[in-house]
Amino acid sequence: MTTTNGLPPTGKSARIELVCPAGNLPSLRAAVDNGADSVYIGLRDNTNARNFGGLNFELPAARDGLDYAHRSGTKVLLAINTYPQPATWQRWTRAVDTAAGLGFDAVIIADAGLMRYAVRTHPQLRIHLSVQGSATSYEAINFYHRHFNVRRAVLPRVLSLAQVEQVIRNTPVEIEVFGFGSLCVMVEGRCALSSYVTGESPNMTGACSPAKAVRWEQKASGLEARLNGVLIDRYGANENAAYPTLCKGRFKAGDDVYYAIEEPASLNALELLPELDRIGVAAVKIEGRQRSPAYVAAVTRVWRQALDACAQGTAAPQPRWSEELRRMSEGQSHTLGAYHRPWK
Amino acid sequence: MTPRLGDPPPGARERPGDQLLPRFPRPLSALLARLPQYPPALAAAIAVNLWLGDSVSGASLPAACGKIVAIGVRDVGLRLTFAIRRGGVVACGEVRPDVTISATASDFLALALRREDPDTLFFGRRLLIEGDTELGLLLKNALDAAAPVFRLPTPARLLSALRLQFPFFP
Repeated sequence: MTTTNGLPPTGKSARIELVCPAGNLPSLRAAVDNGADSVYIGLRDNTNARNFGGLNFELPAARDGLDYAHRSGTKVLLAINTYPQPATWQRWTRAVDTAAGLGFDAVIIADAGLMRYAVRTHPQLRIHLSVQGSATSYEAINFYHRHFNVRRAVLPRVLSLAQVEQVIRNTPVEIEVFGFGSLCVMVEGRCALSSYVTGESPNMTGACSPAKAVRWEQKASGLEARLNGVLIDRYGANENAAYPTLCKGRFKAGDDVYYAIEEPASLNALELLPELDRIGVAAVKIEGRQRSPAYVAAVTRVWRQALDACAQGTAAPQPRWSEELRRMSEGQSHTLGAYHRPWK
Repeated sequence: MTPRLGDPPPGARERPGDQLLPRFPRPLSALLARLPQYPPALAAAIAVNLWLGDSVSGASLPAACGKIVAIGVRDVGLRLTFAIRRGGVVACGEVRPDVTISATASDFLALALRREDPDTLFFGRRLLIEGDTELGLLLKNALDAAAPVFRLPTPARLLSALRLQFPFFP
């Protein structure tokens, strides 16, 4: 049997798991009710990369969420995906202990030291390598597998589909890829742009462009977005806005003002589902723990339908799905990101 | 043609299904903007406290305690101002807010019913947060996580809701 690229299937093809975000209990319920296979959440502190005020789970809400999800057979993963600091190392190890104690189905970890703690202290606890770990080659992923028994790796959104396939062919570790959501500037896990302007960045404090540094101001010339006083963008009346991150701003370079780093757009890999299935992707991740229950419900519903259709072999992306996803997207435009590189 | 429920306002860029309310008549909004904004703010504050319990209060959100929040309902010409106190949300007169959140009545309704995601509205320029963004985000996250109470308040709860607005209330 041959496939579109002339290679035989990897033989790993099975039902792709749908991994959905939740920043609060109503979002978790929305994900479960709309057909998520797994929900990933964070604790309410800087041990996760969506450390925003009022977001995430205190222990009682985490317990309720685990109960609710497990009753429906949905798994719950705990993201502990920032880099521990020496002075507060115990906060990160405590988060791992919490995951094991409360019965989370896996922890999503970026830091190798914390992985060592997890595998030594709780050998039964499944470890997923976070996208913040920034492992893009099978050698790197196999290293984590060998030393910390990592069972799944989340790939940064920098690889083409052919490169994803090459990774899958050369590792026993399950591979999870991003399917939908806001895009980063493609140096995931290594990006310090936010720190350059605000002194804080995801790996160290758990927040990119922290809200305290953000100011929006409606002026005659348009809506101005400033980050720590630095003008990031000025949106005209009919232009869509984006998150106020340095990477998505418009800057003067030479004589032109334009998106000098990246255009604000969302990833939507819906149309690649049959390919992702064929190459043996284990799970598809939806971005957006910072979003509201309405987003989680709608995106989960669309992706559940698409995955079910894919499993039945009727995977042509329906325009209604794409429209539903488009209207919730940052920049309200979609891209296949790095997956699609026709020149490769 | 008379606008029907669900019709988009002229010039709206979103699909018709996004609008839950018809466009508010412009002369009426101009009139409302000139009326005192305290009475509607008071009604809204009592409703929010009864509906959301203490999800939005200084007790559950220490970082928001004592802050002033203005809600601008753009098409209706309302600008409601609230203070966040220990026990909940309290209506204020015109004071300088720490944060101002503006949208149309229809979009606020869609948010309250959890039919829309605030970030979606923000990307589409239908929701604006000016001033203390961190406070706005904290409130948004608190509202997302809240479990609304969908039952008639007991007399005791109603009384304590009124006492919060009027400290001199018996």
